[in-house]
Amino acid sequence: MDVASFLKYIASGTAYTIAVTLIALPSGLVIGTLFALANVYGGKVIQRLTALYSTIMRGLPPIVLLFILYFIVSGSINLSPFWAGSISLGIVTSAYQMEIIRGAILSVSGGQMMAARAIGMNKIQAIRYIILPQTVRLAIPPWSNEAAIVIKDSSLVYALGVPEILRRAQLISASTQEPFLAFTAAALIYFILVFVTNRSLDALERRLRIPANP
Amino acid sequence: MSKPILTIKNLTKKYGENVVFHDINLSVNEGDTIVIIGPSGTGKSTLLRCINLLTRSDAGEIWLDDKEITCKECDEDKVRQHIGMVFQNFLLFNHLTALENVRLGLTRVKHMNPADAQLKAMQELERVGLLDRAGHYPGQLSGGQQQRVAIARALAMDPRVMLFDEPTSALDPELIGEVLEVMRKLALEGMTMLVVTHEMGFAREVADRIVFLEKGSVVEEGSPNDLFYHPKNERTREFLWKITELYGKKDTEQGNG
Ligand SMILES: Nc1ncnc2c1ncn2[C@@H]1O[C@H](COP(=O)(O)OP(=O)(O)O)[C@@H](O)[C@H]1O
Ligand SMILES: [Mg+2]
Repeated sequence: MDVASFLKYIASGTAYTIAVTLIALPSGLVIGTLFALANVYGGKVIQRLTALYSTIMRGLPPIVLLFILYFIVSGSINLSPFWAGSISLGIVTSAYQMEIIRGAILSVSGGQMMAARAIGMNKIQAIRYIILPQTVRLAIPPWSNEAAIVIKDSSLVYALGVPEILRRAQLISASTQEPFLAFTAAALIYFILVFVTNRSLDALERRLRIPANP
Repeated sequence: MSKPILTIKNLTKKYGENVVFHDINLSVNEGDTIVIIGPSGTGKSTLLRCINLLTRSDAGEIWLDDKEITCKECDEDKVRQHIGMVFQNFLLFNHLTALENVRLGLTRVKHMNPADAQLKAMQELERVGLLDRAGHYPGQLSGGQQQRVAIARALAMDPRVMLFDEPTSALDPELIGEVLEVMRKLALEGMTMLVVTHEMGFAREVADRIVFLEKGSVVEEGSPNDLFYHPKNERTREFLWKITELYGKKDTEQGNG
């Protein structure tokens, strides 16, 4: 096997890595945002429950959670390892994203909510038009960090047999006896994915930045 | 004879054991400017927040235009549309331009069509002399300009009453004048206003009535002339003396400038 087809084989796992990330990251964002809003604005019971969710999820190694969730998810509905793994990863990241969004909501000054209510907005309108637009801007830098973690953690679905980058690197390293080359190629692809993602989010953050005098 | 637009009856507010104020009575006539003065921690801000229902009072009633607004079934969001509030620290929406700040309530709360809302927002900015800053974000405006936009934002809702909570306390001395100027103009135009302030020059000149609040109750109220020159209560006299000592110098400087 020549080097080109070797690299091509590993790189063809990239589609899986990207797909897993593109499912896990947004679903984690939706769940995380809803839970963060519930935690900040909900009643005492909801506050406790969402805090408990976050504490447990973040207190376990992602790979352990992934296995547990995988068996729950694939046990209750008939899903391929790819879908079950992606959804499970989404649940893992939702807790981290919840904390990121919660932190951002809390750092939007409490006065903003009061000012919104003072002109007659209800709570939902205030959240939608005043709190969330400011939250998004504050959340991008820490969220960029979490996006990088999810890209890297997508390699965990390897353990479920999804043929993503790491899985392919492992297979080809075994068949060619070239582990260094195989894993270096995998590392390079992960690095490029993370680098491009972080740079794009940096650019987005700059574009959304609210103009102010120095 | 003007009729009361806002009536506060036996209003009481507690935070746990801490009684912030107790049995407050106050009646505000249409077009009047009432200035509320008093030491810090006395419950002035809490009183204003109770009036526009940002905080729930524990007992007593508030009436706006012959309707009780403190009833259980009252629609708080509806009531707040009719009561404008200006805060000490401006609280403009940071992610919106001056124009968008003023326009948002019109489109989202009053459901005005976009073109009308735009026009009205521009008129309100013009009213506070900031039409040329319409596209600026709060972070690009001086404190005085931010406060004037905040006033325009409240005015845009066509409130029956405007509440001001120490609107100039967070401003550098040289920026206080422009905000007081806008408020003076509003008072002349007949806006009903409740103003918490330490600006005694403004109080003397613009107030129809001054209310001295201390430790959660009204110690004395009357015309500026009564309170400044013939205070009935020793505490009123002491407080006014102290506050004039503190802020008086600035006052006269502005008067000259
Ligand atoms: N959200 C709150 N929770 C508990 N106590 C409060 C709260 N807001 C105000 N207070 C108390 O109410 C009292 C009056 O405060 P405030 O209305 O801000 O006074 P002022 O505006 O006259 O300085 C203070 O003792 C303050 O500690
Ligand atoms: Mg106060």
